[in-house]
Amino acid sequence: MILDMQRFLESARPIWKELELGLTHLEHDPDPQWDLARTEAFYRLYQQTSAHLAEVRHLTSERELRGYLEQLVARSYASIYVRGRERGRGRWWQWFTAAFPVAVRRHAAALALSAGLFLVGCAFGAVALKIDPTAKATLLPFGHGQQTPTERVKKEMVDQGKNISQARGRFSAQLMTHNTRVAFFTLGLGMTFGLGTIVLLFYNGVIMGAISVDYIADGQLVFLLGWILPHGSVEIPAILLAGQAGLVLGHALIGWGNRLPRRLRLRAVLPDLVTMAGGIAVLMVWAGVIESFFSQYHEPVIPYALKIGFGVVEMAALALFLIRGGANESTL
Amino acid sequence: MKALYNEAKLELRTPEGMEFTLPLAGPVSRLLALAIDMAVVMVAGSVVQKVIAVLAAFNADAAQGLGTVLYFVISMLYSILAEWLWQGQTLGKRLLGIRVMDRDGLPIHLSQIVVRNLLRPVDMLPAFYLVGGLAALGTRYGQRVGDLAANTVVVRARQLEPPDWQKLLAGKFNSMLEHPHLAARLRQRTAPELAGVALDALVRRDQLEDSARIELFRELAGIFRRLVEFPAEAVEALSDEQYVRNAVEILHRSR
Repeated sequence: MILDMQRFLESARPIWKELELGLTHLEHDPDPQWDLARTEAFYRLYQQTSAHLAEVRHLTSERELRGYLEQLVARSYASIYVRGRERGRGRWWQWFTAAFPVAVRRHAAALALSAGLFLVGCAFGAVALKIDPTAKATLLPFGHGQQTPTERVKKEMVDQGKNISQARGRFSAQLMTHNTRVAFFTLGLGMTFGLGTIVLLFYNGVIMGAISVDYIADGQLVFLLGWILPHGSVEIPAILLAGQAGLVLGHALIGWGNRLPRRLRLRAVLPDLVTMAGGIAVLMVWAGVIESFFSQYHEPVIPYALKIGFGVVEMAALALFLIRGGANESTL
Repeated sequence: MKALYNEAKLELRTPEGMEFTLPLAGPVSRLLALAIDMAVVMVAGSVVQKVIAVLAAFNADAAQGLGTVLYFVISMLYSILAEWLWQGQTLGKRLLGIRVMDRDGLPIHLSQIVVRNLLRPVDMLPAFYLVGGLAALGTRYGQRVGDLAANTVVVRARQLEPPDWQKLLAGKFNSMLEHPHLAARLRQRTAPELAGVALDALVRRDQLEDSARIELFRELAGIFRRLVEFPAEAVEALSDEQYVRNAVEILHRSR
């Protein structure tokens, strides 16, 4: 012990006590309306306590005192150096209508890559089924491999949606939650340096390509469009956006063309990832409702022309929204 | 038995140049916190199911759909909302005294909370949080994949009580100061260079290897012992390092 502990404690303890009082106040009210003098006084207390910690660390072997002061300094540091507010805050509708499309556009190259990977998957699925029709049961999930498209269309015309009419709510909820989970998983797999995201995008493309070829080859193109377009015109872009977010995450992890440390690269993309995840969830909810309450009804209940037209309008509106949304907002 | 996990600390440096450490939460406390949080979600889910069972009497399909959505929302939002409202803590983390913090020792932002929880399914792969557990054990700051993406760490949040001041002062007297004439002789005979080296050794003690530290203080204590011989009852219980501390206090303390 080199410090005169008695004298040291006599002079320092009132400072620590005052700092503790300030900290307790700040931890209960992180945004207090302190004037400049109060803020400066608090900062001085923090600086003085930091200096005391340095003295204690070097001039005594008091572990308990050192731990106490380290904790005071750590809490003060966390209270003083709070990072600025994140961009994109504001009312929810503004977040969705402006921040979301702006975030999507900020990473347009990743969206293009995501769409490209999906299309490559589509091409692979289409060619694979064309070359080897027996692969249908392997490539197509959800029982599509059990019947031909024509058999399904006939069945749907007889059922007229009765098979689902008693379970539309449950079916819709399952679609929403399942698709949102898949989308978030696609995003999260960006942490595999983007490889997991790439695989999922490609796999979804394979299914889409194989289903398309199956229905077209069986002469059921109109049914296919009427079935897929109403919900797919939102659900498929939502999957592509999830892939985009995963690729953004993977890119931040790898750091091509960016010399910042990894954690700063990741920190930079976090707000956009959250905004995109929220937007994707909203799109998935919409797609789930449409798939359950609209897509599953076919002619003669709902004319195909109406379903296809609805899907085309939705797709155009979504594209316009993502291209133009938030264009006039300068702060996003 | 050797522990499989050694306490890890997050070392930080403030812009003022002050260094401090935050103790990281161990795997067991994190696992227990997770188990509690999973139980909370299950209980909330079962309450939802009871409510849904009542509502099903009016419209079974809508009630079941609502139940599915509500359970999904609870399981997704519980951790996010709790960590947002309780500044990095869920119920489990509160009970276990641990907290999520920014990797730089700052409070976490909402975007960090959302991302670390969105990536939970990746941590859960292939089962029983294997990926997350291996990542936490394999990374320097015990970060699972979600933590790595969000730049967060889980620290022990236990607030230390102020030390017992009386205890701190008691028994800390310098036995060598009980002999002021010998202390004065030590001041007189000690070269300024030696006083500087001894102080430097104490300041940098934590940076020295254990064996080097023991050797250094043995040498320094030997030099001081040879300079002035204090009565045995004043110094016999002192370790070499404590002997040097007492000597340095005599040399550097203002009289």
